[in-house]
Amino acid sequence: MIKKFFSRGYIFLVLAFIYIPIFILVIFSFNAGKTLNIWEGFSFKWYANLGVVGDVVLNTVVLAVVVAVTATILGTLGAIGMFYSNGKGGKLMKGISQIPVVNSEVVTACALIMLFLLLGLSNRSLVGLFLGHLIITTPFVVLSVLPKLKQMDPSLYEAALDLGASPRQALTKVILPEILPGVFAGFMLAITLSLDDYIVTATLSPLGFDTISTAVYKAIALTTEAASMKLPIYRALTTIIFLLTVSVVVVINVRSKRKQKREGGK
Amino acid sequence: MTELSTKAMTKSGKKFKFGFNRKQLCIPYALFLVMFVVIPLFVILYYAFTSSDGSFSFANFAEFFTNKTKISTLLISILIALLVTVICLLIAYPVAYILSKMKKSIAFILLLLFVTPMWINFVLRAMAMKELLSLIGVSPGSFANIIGLVYDFLPFMILPLYSTLIKMDTSLEEAALDLGANKSKVFIKITLPLSVPGIISGAMMVFLPVMSCYVITDTFSGSTGFTVIGKLIAWCFLGENGTLTNVNGGATISLVMLVIMFLTMLATGGFKSDNSTRGTNL
Repeated sequence: MIKKFFSRGYIFLVLAFIYIPIFILVIFSFNAGKTLNIWEGFSFKWYANLGVVGDVVLNTVVLAVVVAVTATILGTLGAIGMFYSNGKGGKLMKGISQIPVVNSEVVTACALIMLFLLLGLSNRSLVGLFLGHLIITTPFVVLSVLPKLKQMDPSLYEAALDLGASPRQALTKVILPEILPGVFAGFMLAITLSLDDYIVTATLSPLGFDTISTAVYKAIALTTEAASMKLPIYRALTTIIFLLTVSVVVVINVRSKRKQKREGGK
Repeated sequence: MTELSTKAMTKSGKKFKFGFNRKQLCIPYALFLVMFVVIPLFVILYYAFTSSDGSFSFANFAEFFTNKTKISTLLISILIALLVTVICLLIAYPVAYILSKMKKSIAFILLLLFVTPMWINFVLRAMAMKELLSLIGVSPGSFANIIGLVYDFLPFMILPLYSTLIKMDTSLEEAALDLGANKSKVFIKITLPLSVPGIISGAMMVFLPVMSCYVITDTFSGSTGFTVIGKLIAWCFLGENGTLTNVNGGATISLVMLVIMFLTMLATGGFKSDNSTRGTNL
């Protein structure tokens, strides 16, 4: 009983450590004043001003979606190809594919800059930014698709061929549906990694192109007058992102639970 | 599997065609990897071993290893990364252990609560912690940095630990208890050694990123100037108006970072990829 009390208490404490900062931000996003220490009355004014950061949000979302779609296609095809190339080539490729996963983002981004420099290209461009994000996201798509390929019954593909399917049909009608959960997980991962990224964006994006990460960084770390004026607006934005995240997590998991139940009931 | 499929392929007479087809799919990704992962590594080598006029030299390394500020930043980064990894491990291990012993349905919900903040932008989370610290009067500096780093990296440690502990064969623990070992002995002799893979992949998710995570140190250092090695690299590439200030110097530090990365990988026996998925496939 006492043990249970302690373990529950411990879990509660760690959760408090994780959530208290977020909750404080959420509460003070409704503060009429700009600072955290003085409550000047309840107000929605920072939410009304969210339009000011609209372009930043748009940049972030468009970039993340374009990157995630490309990374998912590139990574899924790559994973299927790698999985079926046994031998040295496949192994080497799996190894190389791990490099961006373990490498630090600064080194990844700066290596890309040096490549552009050597080729005589500009170090800051939308193409460079897109490529940078692709490098840090695609290996994670590969990582989430590969286990699903391993779990798949290898004879399914051959059965499809024996029954008269063309290789392409076998791929789209047999392999793809089997690995779809992995593909979806990879897509979600690519989206979050791109949304989350600061370093690659800060080093490769064209000047004046800000995502949420770089804009918030400017407001809190550099604390220029104009940037820190936006701080309360970012609190409101955090609140909205937090609520969106929570609802997406709940919806996805309730759906997968239901699916599990349905499949379990068969 | 290969033998079987070869047989099937010859039987249907499509051996060459479809064997070729499936492998072909990875060509775009292979080209991508060569262009943007392999070649850039050699480009780093090239710039690290040349001076700004393009001639071969060791000057960048001489400069790095004799520059007191740079060397101390490197050492401090390693120390901070170790410290943050250990703190995260000490906080996360009991969490993962308690969760792994709970009823599955409750543990699942709690785990979701722990990993949900990972989907909130990481700079926004840093902002939240920074505002809380200034609210309760913790002044900027190394202590604030450690709190900020632990705050941002804790979920990355909980997840791999939990997935290792939950996969563990509980009958081993039961057997040890039956054979007369007490609970602490079971933990030290059975549970802890079996969870080492989780500890390693958790540590990899924290140790290396902390060394380059200058966003957090910039946020929590204030005017103390406390920073990590990643900032030194970024400085070489983040000139005021988009100019590159010191490409060769940056390449040298990048190379040092790469060496540290490979040494860490060697020491830990590679990266356990199945735990690195941030909980999207919980």
